[in-house]
Amino acid sequence: QNFCRNEYNLTGLCNRSSCPLANSQYATIREEKGRCYLYMKTIERAAFPRRLWERVLLNKNYEKALEQIDENLIYWPRFIRHKCKQRFTKITQYLIRIRKLTLKRQRKLVPLRRKIERREKRREEKALIAAQLDNAIEKELLERLKQDTYGDIYNFPIHAFDKALQQQGAESESESEAEQEEEEEDEDVGTREFVEAEESELSDFEDMDKLETSSEEEQEEEEEVEKKASHSKSKGKTPLKGPARRKRPYIEIEYEEETEPTTKTKAA
Amino acid sequence: MAEHGGGSAERGGPPAEQRVLFPPTFSVSEIKNKQRRHFMFLRWKQQQRKEKLAAKKKRRKEREALGDKAPPKPIPKTIENQRVYDETTVDPNDEEVAFDEATDEFAPYFNRQTVPKILITTSDRPRGRTVRFCEQLATVIPNSHVYYRRGLALKRIIPQCIARDFTDLIVINEDRKIPNGLVLSHLPDGPTAHFRMSSVRLRKEIKRKGKEPTEHVPEVILNNFTTRLGHSLGRMFASLFPHDPQFIGRQVATFHNQRDYIFFRFHRYIFKSEKKVGIQELGPRFTLKLRSLQKGTFDSKFGEYEWIHKRREMDTSRRKFHL
Repeated sequence: QNFCRNEYNLTGLCNRSSCPLANSQYATIREEKGRCYLYMKTIERAAFPRRLWERVLLNKNYEKALEQIDENLIYWPRFIRHKCKQRFTKITQYLIRIRKLTLKRQRKLVPLRRKIERREKRREEKALIAAQLDNAIEKELLERLKQDTYGDIYNFPIHAFDKALQQQGAESESESEAEQEEEEEDEDVGTREFVEAEESELSDFEDMDKLETSSEEEQEEEEEVEKKASHSKSKGKTPLKGPARRKRPYIEIEYEEETEPTTKTKAA
Repeated sequence: MAEHGGGSAERGGPPAEQRVLFPPTFSVSEIKNKQRRHFMFLRWKQQQRKEKLAAKKKRRKEREALGDKAPPKPIPKTIENQRVYDETTVDPNDEEVAFDEATDEFAPYFNRQTVPKILITTSDRPRGRTVRFCEQLATVIPNSHVYYRRGLALKRIIPQCIARDFTDLIVINEDRKIPNGLVLSHLPDGPTAHFRMSSVRLRKEIKRKGKEPTEHVPEVILNNFTTRLGHSLGRMFASLFPHDPQFIGRQVATFHNQRDYIFFRFHRYIFKSEKKVGIQELGPRFTLKLRSLQKGTFDSKFGEYEWIHKRREMDTSRRKFHL
């Protein structure tokens, strides 16, 4: 079946009976901006193309409009009358549907721009690679563990124990050094020696105690141990320790950073 | 033409590449003949490459020769290094920001006065993939409910949600059977954020995934939300999850912002030792890109937009990011 492209066609098909060009007496219904018009063409006006199509505005009321069609096409062939009414019915139905749909939410179609889509996709891939998500998540989790947000759930005594062992090793070394140095610097070290001994004994004993007890004070111990470890590891402080080392024995320097406040409070 | 003659003569001779000396006014693009031009261009390129290689070798030799005293390696430039400084970057000690946060819409959440309750829904007629994605999202976010939208207008849903004590609304927009947009709205007139969602992977598409996410409240990680806008977005994401994570569950939901793309991942972690953690990806993953942030609840016509992505203005520089 061929479709007719002429805009005045009544049925839409290309037939001899429904072609507006082939018939000298013809009528159609067309709608403009929601209003329906009846267009008529008669043979008397065939010579005047400008006035060829006569149009009649149809009533908004469905039945009245049908009557209007009847009255205008009164002696016209049955076929045209019938098809006009059918067409009018269909048009009014779709107009009603449009009005109903506009009240509901409508889907807005936004055109995508291909270049932009491609650019965004590529940027996303690059961002994903740059993000290194797994590493970032792992680092964050480890930081949270260090900052003790998990509380007591995870205890890793092995790590603390190792650190404590290292600490003990360092202490024993320093003690032997201190002994050697003490012999040399008798005069200066008089008062200092006293203070050192107190501190070292106390701290030694404290540490020994803490090492021996297990779960309760682990966290504090971990923190202390970590602090010590961090102090010993921090590169920035070794130059300080170097020359200072010459003046005073090793032990004091290690505990300097920690227990300075306590010495100050003792003095005050 | 002198250049023309020069080009042909050089081609005729044996390819003595090391001693090719282009006359100073010569440029490869001025040869009219395509074949010759192409040839000259290749030669020029090879020369450039050789020079670069030689320079690299020389630098490496110098570095080795200096040994310890060598200057430190220059840091490679990355986009993150070169990022255009944004004035709205949040300083952690900023008082104004802290004050704002105490009085904005998320304050009741952060003061633990409200418990998040989330409604997840889709656009009309969701297809299978979207439905499954919604379900998985509901398992990831605790205290969330999925409801189908059967042609209901969002503006009518919102008062009902508020009446039923929901704190957040998530609408997943779908296009051609894949989810491609997300609207996140904080309910008692909170901000509404509209995202474009991309690369959505359901659980079964993730390789080496673990078992299903359990009912435990997961932890939340928010990375790289530096600017004011990013900060408020971060708080918005954080307010989706209940405030007290259950560490027994060992689950973590991550929102990682990188170059304005927010990557969401859901993992289960386990600490193998104090310095090593293993993570296993469960749960769906998706990436979001912020399109607009509105002050009130969802209102496309009359809403007051706090931020819209304007392509012409904001996409001009490759080093400028807003989140």
